[in-house]
Amino acid sequence: MRIFDPHIHMTSRTTDDYQRMADAGVRAVVEPAFWLGQPRTNPGSFTDYFDSIIGWEPFRASQFGIRHHATIALNPKEANDPRCRPVLDLLPRYLAKDGVVAVGEIGYDSMTPAEDEVFAAQLALALDHDLPAMVHTPHRDKARGTQRSLDVIKESGIAPERVVLDHLNEVTVAAAREAGVWTGFSIYPDTKMSPERMVAILREFGPERVLVNSAADWGKSDPLLTLHTGEALLKAGFDEDFVDRVLWRNPVEFYGQSGRLDLSDVADAGPTFAGNSILRGGS
Amino acid sequence: MTTLDELRKELAGNDRLTEDLRRVAEKPDTVGGLFPAAGRRYGREPLLDGWTTDEAARALLLAASPVEQVLAVYRYGDTAEKLAVLKALPLLPIGDSAVPLLEDALRTNDTRLVAAALGPAADRLDQEAWRQAVLKCVFMGVPLSGVHRLAERADGPLGAMLGAFAQERQAAGRDMPPDALALLDQLKEA
Repeated sequence: MRIFDPHIHMTSRTTDDYQRMADAGVRAVVEPAFWLGQPRTNPGSFTDYFDSIIGWEPFRASQFGIRHHATIALNPKEANDPRCRPVLDLLPRYLAKDGVVAVGEIGYDSMTPAEDEVFAAQLALALDHDLPAMVHTPHRDKARGTQRSLDVIKESGIAPERVVLDHLNEVTVAAAREAGVWTGFSIYPDTKMSPERMVAILREFGPERVLVNSAADWGKSDPLLTLHTGEALLKAGFDEDFVDRVLWRNPVEFYGQSGRLDLSDVADAGPTFAGNSILRGGS
Repeated sequence: MTTLDELRKELAGNDRLTEDLRRVAEKPDTVGGLFPAAGRRYGREPLLDGWTTDEAARALLLAASPVEQVLAVYRYGDTAEKLAVLKALPLLPIGDSAVPLLEDALRTNDTRLVAAALGPAADRLDQEAWRQAVLKCVFMGVPLSGVHRLAERADGPLGAMLGAFAQERQAAGRDMPPDALALLDQLKEA
């Protein structure tokens, strides 16, 4: 089984995790910029963090044969702190990087006016830089947050197929599918989704525009839940091609839209997708 | 060593780059968006003497930029960008402004950056910093073949540092890299 985890915060994980992931078949990851346990209070903290997820972390991943890309953004929670807002002006430098395959994680935390403004501004940056967008749905008040996110996405003018709405579940999946965006599901040990619930969703809706991730971070999470979802799918009678589509070809298709996804060093990366080169410089 | 003029000649037909160099000359801060995108904008094909198109284009963008932009490009660079800045440094008339960049690269744990800081640009490092950098290469397993003017600059104090390191490795039952042992022998003979 080859696995592309389209959402995982490797900064918070150990080298043991990298080894276990490599052993489990994880060959590529995308690390979205997000908040840390401790809120930041100045733009310099962000740039050092961005440098880490486009510099040190890809180097660390490469030592385990794992290809690492990043998404860059000011996350919604910290968008509410005026001390962090100047980060917005620094984003264009980072959105020009080869290893940056989307603007994200953007979206809502508490649905404040500041979050509205920063969400819309960053969707505009995605359009400016010809990048897809990765949108996080809030942990609280999720159904309303999902609908409001879809409204803002629609208003921005970005093509829905260039957006993934993440952390969806049984309650929020239908609205996202109807809007034409990609649907992301985070498989967690206790919260968010479980492998078994994911199997049920895939049975109902099929594999189209579905991304399955571990969203593993500094909280209680598990970077191998992508593998366990693949195993649960096989056990439920889905074939290997179906699992490969969900866990590999779909994330390649979604992030390949950036024209910057570089899987040229990854063993068994497979052919380019629909003429959209997944090789370096394919834009 | 390859010169800026040679790189200019190689890339003279790259219209997009010619246009971008004009933009940078007019408005220096545009380099911040163009430099990271060099591979996608100008190509990545090999050119001459170990230079690729993106590296050469990056060197020309830096040569067209004031020193504060060169420093900012390095500050916000990803690894490939930082490597391109380090490679271009000996060609840029920025004098000792280059030293903090070399020191930054040597502070990292990325073997590619450490190795690049010991290329021709390392001529600007003082001897003490240079010795520590060479020892760090041995420690990290970076081949010493890439160290610029190694035979010329290696001295007694470096030999003493390598000797002490060899003792530690021996105590731990670990091998010294063969290139480091060869250098140690050479310094003992001198």
